[in-house]
Amino acid sequence: MKQSLQFFTPKTSDSNGAIFIDTGISAGFPSPADDFRETRISLDEELIVNKEATFFAKVSGQSMIGAGLDDNDLLVIDRSLEPENNKIAVCFLDGEFTVKRLKVRDGEVWLQPENPDYPIIQITEENDFIIWGIVTNVIKKV
Amino acid sequence: MFALVDCNNFYASCERVFNPNLQNQPVAILSNNDGCVISRSDEAKALDLPMGAPIFKWESFCKQKNIHVLSSNYPLYGDMSARVMKILEYFTPDVEIYSIDEAFLQFKGFDHYNFDDYGTTVRSRILKWTGIPTCVGIAPSKALSKVANKIARKFPKETGGVYVINSEEKRIKALKWTDIRSVWGIGHRLQKRLLAQGCKTAFDFTQLSDDWVLKNLSITEWKLKKDLEGISTLELDIRENKHAIATTRSFEYTYSDIENIKERISTFAASCAEKLRAQQSSCHMIIVLLSSDRHKKNSEQHRGSKTVIFPYPTDSTLTITKAAIEAVATIFKSGVKYKRAGVIVTGLVPTDNHQLDLFLQENPKHKPLMSTIDRLNKKFKADKIKLANQDLERTWKMRQERLSPKYTTNINDVIQVK
Repeated sequence: MKQSLQFFTPKTSDSNGAIFIDTGISAGFPSPADDFRETRISLDEELIVNKEATFFAKVSGQSMIGAGLDDNDLLVIDRSLEPENNKIAVCFLDGEFTVKRLKVRDGEVWLQPENPDYPIIQITEENDFIIWGIVTNVIKKV
Repeated sequence: MFALVDCNNFYASCERVFNPNLQNQPVAILSNNDGCVISRSDEAKALDLPMGAPIFKWESFCKQKNIHVLSSNYPLYGDMSARVMKILEYFTPDVEIYSIDEAFLQFKGFDHYNFDDYGTTVRSRILKWTGIPTCVGIAPSKALSKVANKIARKFPKETGGVYVINSEEKRIKALKWTDIRSVWGIGHRLQKRLLAQGCKTAFDFTQLSDDWVLKNLSITEWKLKKDLEGISTLELDIRENKHAIATTRSFEYTYSDIENIKERISTFAASCAEKLRAQQSSCHMIIVLLSSDRHKKNSEQHRGSKTVIFPYPTDSTLTITKAAIEAVATIFKSGVKYKRAGVIVTGLVPTDNHQLDLFLQENPKHKPLMSTIDRLNKKFKADKIKLANQDLERTWKMRQERLSPKYTTNINDVIQVK
């Protein structure tokens, strides 16, 4: 631990010294690209529509593998979106967070995994259930 | 029209968003260093857990009543507060952020609006987007919007969390319902005086004559009276920057040696300086505070403060820290076990336009050094670069034994979904 510390000693001379100009002084020709400068691509802007309502979550497990959601993938969740049939939603079901595809038919709500090893879940009055937010993007490491 | 939007039990509500198992459970949040209770859910209030209860005394009570006790997670509360405040700006450009969980809104030119509907939209949008429940009080003045908010909070079923005072009848009814002791802006001493005058409710207060109020009280109370009468006199106080910045903490242990205290003060001063630079302010003055543990009645009590005025405004960590350390040395009394200290910087001016003094100004070499330190600390997180008089071994400065994850500010702390 101690070896990794590096000390920097500021020089606290009282003389004002030379004037520091930090704007840079141009010399030579201006760049021909200056007039065509655009903002660089921002993933924040691409992936997040509504900053105030956007949250992140990590996937744990394989229940949604068919939809491309792998263990440890990062989900972008937008709480401002309305839940609809076929949307992938983060829900809180009986004490834990879960991500599943919403199926809404004839007033009944089902949570459908995208992995044949997992059962489809019907939501009943008995369940402690909230739809927490709608998944808009999946970010994965390759 | 004005609105007061207040988040219900804000800290507990933030925790519940990311841990819905806490919904409908009693929850208590502790102050920095897990000292005492600073926020309670309605369920914890119903169990009579008092505000400010020192946890070492109330630990077994909480256990017995199954109260979930959590350390304060300020990174989370700060981020959730910023979200709520930003959402409010969708509804009106005139927003005064009054505290971490409260904001006044002003609606200019919204005369044809149905404020019951508008308030409900505000409330439901914040709830849906952030998960934070709020109460909205709407009225023709700031003080009345505060009263309306209290009604919305007190009668959630009847009001749906939104109450509008938009008639004389409603105003009078609301003021008669409001105890003088809970009127915004009427302090403890004034309450006593008013109660002695027979003023039991906010309505009684408005029945006093203007002359009497101006003669016996002050212009502030007169303005408040007008506001409660429905004539708006209190304006939105929209400040971009804070007028003072404070870093005050309890220590994990008591310290009776000057070196440990100097280290803490140095760290607090560095934190204030960093906050100053973040809002592009410089300070004229610092106040250093030091006090012993007031819960330990049997040990020697001492508290002191020292103000230092700078000859020129500064935002330099070096200058501020040096002054703070010198100041604390003059307060310190040997033999006293100190528990709490703080640094407040005040007399703030914008850094770019302070009055130039021909002879006295901050050493110009500090400026590029400070911006480099800020940049590096921002990039590498935590305080990678510190002054040598700050403790270099210290990685975690607060006691936070029951801290929830930083769900929204640390990528490794986001919720896990199965």
